[in-house]
Amino acid sequence: MAVRKNQATLTAQEKRAFVDAVLELKRLGRYDGYVDTHNYFIVNDSDTGERVGHRSPSFLPWHRQFLLQFERDLQSIDPNVTLPYWDWTVDRAANSSIWDADFLGGSGRSGDNQVVTGPFAYGTGKWTVNVRPDSRDYLRRTLGASVSALPTRTEVETVLAMTTYDAAPWNSSSDGFRNNMEGWRGPNLHNRAHVWIGGQMNSGMSPNDPAFWLHHCFIDKLWSEWRRRNPGSGYLPVVPTANVVDLNKPMKPWNTTTPAQLLDHSALYTYDTGF
Amino acid sequence: MSEISRTAELTRRRMLQGSVLALTAAVGTGVLAVAGPTSKSATAADLGENDRFDESYQGRRIQGRPTAHAGHHGAGVGYTVLIDGRELHMMRNVDGTWISVINHYQTFATPRALARAAVDDLQGATLVPISVA
Repeated sequence: MAVRKNQATLTAQEKRAFVDAVLELKRLGRYDGYVDTHNYFIVNDSDTGERVGHRSPSFLPWHRQFLLQFERDLQSIDPNVTLPYWDWTVDRAANSSIWDADFLGGSGRSGDNQVVTGPFAYGTGKWTVNVRPDSRDYLRRTLGASVSALPTRTEVETVLAMTTYDAAPWNSSSDGFRNNMEGWRGPNLHNRAHVWIGGQMNSGMSPNDPAFWLHHCFIDKLWSEWRRRNPGSGYLPVVPTANVVDLNKPMKPWNTTTPAQLLDHSALYTYDTGF
Repeated sequence: MSEISRTAELTRRRMLQGSVLALTAAVGTGVLAVAGPTSKSATAADLGENDRFDESYQGRRIQGRPTAHAGHHGAGVGYTVLIDGRELHMMRNVDGTWISVINHYQTFATPRALARAAVDDLQGATLVPISVA
């Protein structure tokens, strides 16, 4: 059984294996397909039209499937690799070890915000940003510059305590767990971490930064935790709903997997601890 | 096949092609209305003539204007922002706030605030057309 671990607990060897697999996907040309797909959905998911990957109930199962596909792709390079997660309620400083040169590298330098440390720095020649909205082809970050603090444990607990999964109108204005987790409402969890990292992570092409996967793995873990704590609450909506993925509707772009099939991940992977 | 379903199919194919093995194997924005925990959430105003702008900001020409069509994302209102003549992809949230492809996880009360935030992020870089297919 694959175990997804807290990135802070990884050995040097485990960090290296993860980084190497990511770099190999990039070298093979497969990585950028994920950036492209994510951007396609993020610019097309709208509050009043069809919405699948974001601002909708399927935000959580869509990203679960997206991460699974990426993780399987990494495992085709190195079968021992699993996605690590970044618990930003604990590792919340710009000098936390996740940003060290032996893992994701640090914040961008002053002037152009270019990341110049670690395996994804432009200068390595191994990480060119190809899918982009502007002329810059180097990874950028502005850790902690656009918003002062990452969400706290208390803020996460507030959202985990919301017993309704999602609510009409099933978009960025909804009450409920999903939208508060996504961050369009309430204390702002998921969206805020994107803003805190800055650079490409704050854009529609956020998977250009490998931190994307560790952030979303933690969001996935928190969904798992919410289900454990709220066993009587299920995915909503369960009935066909215009523009929205109901419990039993296959999700684009795969068209093979429904939210119902993704609720229980225990046959595919487990997490090392609860929240 | 509609344009949307065609592009969705292209995206699906590209993604599946990109992962065939896996499948077979198994700043400067402090003065702006930025939503976030450290500042009041952006609140939206109704669009009016005041939302048509054409100005120089940090050495860039930013323009914004309502458009007749609703936009491909069906957000209910058409609006275009240009930075030095190049379109900034943007979207309106149902609460009236705005996001762009540059600042996608951060909401702004007006298109002008959105455009200025994009200029801040760009640091002189030029927008390029984005692929939505």
